[in-house]
Amino acid sequence: MIALWKRKGQSAVEEVPADPRAMPLTASAWIGLLIVLFWILIALLGPVIAPHLESDIITDVSFAPAGEVGLLGSDYLGRDVFSRVLYGARMTMGLALVTTLLSFSIGCILGFTAATCGRWVDGFMSRANDALMAFPSIILALIVMSSLGTSLVIMVVTVAIIDSTRVFRLSRALAMDISVMEFVDVARARGEGVWWIIRKEIFPNTLAPLSAEFGIRFTFAILFISALSFLGLGVQPPAADWGKMVAENLQGLLFGSAAALMPACAVASLTVGVNLIVDWFLRRIGGGAAEELLK
Amino acid sequence: MTPIFEIDNLWVEAQAGKTGYKPIVKGINVDVNAGEVVAFIGESGSGKTTTALSALGYCKPGCRIVQGSIRLNGVDILSLSPEARRHIRGREVAYVAQSAAAAFNPAIRIGRQVIESAVIHDLMPQDQALRHALEIYQRLALPDAEALSQRYPHQVSGGQLQRLMAAMAMSSSPAVLILDEPTTALDVTTQIEVLMAFKELIKKQNTAVIYVTHDLAVVAQIADRVVVMRNGIVMERGATQDIISRPKNDYTRTLMTAVRPPPKSVSSKADDSDWAEDDIPKVIEIRSLKAGYGRIEKKIVLEDINLYVPKGQTVGVIGESGCGKSTLARVIAGLLPQVSGDVFHHGVELPAVARHRTRQDLKNIQIVFQMPDVAINPRHKVADVLGRPLEFFLGLEAKTKDKRIEELLDLVELPKEYKSRYPAELSGGEKQRINLARALAAEPELILCDEVTSSLDTVVGKAIIDLLKKLQDDLGVAYLFISHDLSTVASFADRVIVLYAGRVVEQGALQSVLAPPHHPYTQLLLESVPELRTDWLDNVISSKEALVNISRSVEMETVGCPFYKRCSLAIEDLCSQQMPALLQTVKDHKIACHRDLSELSK
Repeated sequence: MIALWKRKGQSAVEEVPADPRAMPLTASAWIGLLIVLFWILIALLGPVIAPHLESDIITDVSFAPAGEVGLLGSDYLGRDVFSRVLYGARMTMGLALVTTLLSFSIGCILGFTAATCGRWVDGFMSRANDALMAFPSIILALIVMSSLGTSLVIMVVTVAIIDSTRVFRLSRALAMDISVMEFVDVARARGEGVWWIIRKEIFPNTLAPLSAEFGIRFTFAILFISALSFLGLGVQPPAADWGKMVAENLQGLLFGSAAALMPACAVASLTVGVNLIVDWFLRRIGGGAAEELLK
Repeated sequence: MTPIFEIDNLWVEAQAGKTGYKPIVKGINVDVNAGEVVAFIGESGSGKTTTALSALGYCKPGCRIVQGSIRLNGVDILSLSPEARRHIRGREVAYVAQSAAAAFNPAIRIGRQVIESAVIHDLMPQDQALRHALEIYQRLALPDAEALSQRYPHQVSGGQLQRLMAAMAMSSSPAVLILDEPTTALDVTTQIEVLMAFKELIKKQNTAVIYVTHDLAVVAQIADRVVVMRNGIVMERGATQDIISRPKNDYTRTLMTAVRPPPKSVSSKADDSDWAEDDIPKVIEIRSLKAGYGRIEKKIVLEDINLYVPKGQTVGVIGESGCGKSTLARVIAGLLPQVSGDVFHHGVELPAVARHRTRQDLKNIQIVFQMPDVAINPRHKVADVLGRPLEFFLGLEAKTKDKRIEELLDLVELPKEYKSRYPAELSGGEKQRINLARALAAEPELILCDEVTSSLDTVVGKAIIDLLKKLQDDLGVAYLFISHDLSTVASFADRVIVLYAGRVVEQGALQSVLAPPHHPYTQLLLESVPELRTDWLDNVISSKEALVNISRSVEMETVGCPFYKRCSLAIEDLCSQQMPALLQTVKDHKIACHRDLSELSK
């Protein structure tokens, strides 16, 4: 009998809300927004606020405790942890943003093409995508980067391509749902080309779920890049990157130094902040799209 | 006798804007006695479903009941706790929704779902509930009850599912049953079957029934009393016979006129005048078309289709769901390449795929789909929706395009300001007008109308049909009008094509098709359209033994006449083996049947 209460005739495309502010920010979304805004501000102004340069050695003491030297103490080379966290915000967030943008461009274009171009194209692209996804992503990245070198460009492109397999899956599924809608048939019957259909009919209808996915992928990119930097690939010294900083200062934990914890906290807080916003956004767009993403 | 169920001065509000509420049901009073059927009739937005749902002490998200009382056996439901209300639902008040297919869980066998509410409410143990359900199946004239309860919902026809919904609701023997548009989504032949079953059941169980619908002809068959609603207010109420024969209120009269008269069998054929078929300019001609779905193993949906659409005329295509009507439109539009056979446009063969056709051909043939909600991209403004074909086909830009968009809106009788709106800000009827205006923007010779009025209210649907007629007079556009509603087609078409299981069983000028001799299937369709009088259903039930086969769903046959399993005139061994030849009555009227014309004339 429960089934009787289901809403009937729900369409697969979510309606454009008459008033985009229809759902106000929840308390948790506010917290998320404040955290993210805070880090964006740091990324923009970090070098101005920072008392020292990221590569300045300010003391002879490794792992000096917080308060004694600088605000958060010193790292294993005697550099100011506080300044390095501020500098790292720009590097970490900038890299993650570029990577995510790139992976979305690749994933969406390929995913939409696969969904609109019929069976053979779709079959080929999807199987190739499956093959790529079959490798554990961190190992795949390690193989590529150890053979091609460890420049920032190579890292960004590698991570973007690996991440784009996930985006491909989502965007293909979304586009599949939409490409069987009658308005797409109308466009086909009009004789529109594939590119036009992707751009004008399909893309605008995937915008809401895709932007939610963007938030999630952004945080994954931060973690992924941090992980690579931690393993010694990716960002190279003396540049400050949160993941790299955790790796460098790990041994400090043995001496009771918090130098490794500070950047870790930064990663954690940014990830939580973005996710709080994404949660709110998913609930706002609601229904099927959210389920699709949370699978 | 005190009524078993009473709604007194009910006010319901719906959320409007950010914080405001506006009333959608304004002080309604209704009472229902045991064994009585009260129909709520009105257009969408009249508050009829909201009122009916409030009988469960329930309203849709975003709505709230602000005032009034709802008494069931003297107890005010609104004063009960949510827990107590839930106790009543499904036990004393049961609800049957419009779309049975959406209301069943596809993963659970039917038998378990039907008895779910009886078991949940601890009314009886499972095995007793199962036995009880089998009795209800029999009362609802459901065949082979034991096997049926072992099936999954997708293995059962739409009409049977709708009856199973009723069985589910009745399994706990409720005092009040609410039926919300239970036959609206069904074919006419299925509708009769469901109505018959409901009528029987209500009589036997002595249940009080609220029947929500927008179809007056259906109300006439089943209701004892009618409540006509509009904008949350009762416009008129009274006994069904009185409302139908002597409506007092203007609005009720409007509703009456929107009911298309059922197609009458006319007595004479169209005159057999002197013209040759080859002389008529044909926008579309189809020769021995075969089409189907699937890539490796084709499921053939259309077989050996021959037809044509004359310039500036309307050709109606009629048949039940599953007959291949929409497939026909998709083939002509180039959305579904045919397996074999040809489509000609002014005598020139058209490529099977839309992308390979010339822009001029694409411009000349436009398609309008059934569901206005999904036929327009929700992210495009009206101006973009109408502007694209103007750019694409006519190369209009900026100012001229803008001007033309306004003209088009004017043509479909919408205000110019709608340009900047999104589809979500339009009603169903308005969306269908935009849908139509988009097709018109290309200045086509032929518009393929796929069930364009089916998802609309009677009143709105009639307005769309009137608009189509007017546009044909003004612009000379031809229509291929696909519908499962014979009365709509009859009110509008010049030629009719009757499709059954992917084959044309009868075609000809409207008059010839409506006049006997008929193909047995056309006969069945003609008899199944409900008429606006109270004794119609009873007459049909008593007069037709052939109704035994009415409920069979459409099945594709590879050999023999596709209709023989449901046909009352079927000839043993012949109809099941051989494809019937075409009989010709008058010029241009063909019937595919093994019987003689004289036998079909009866």
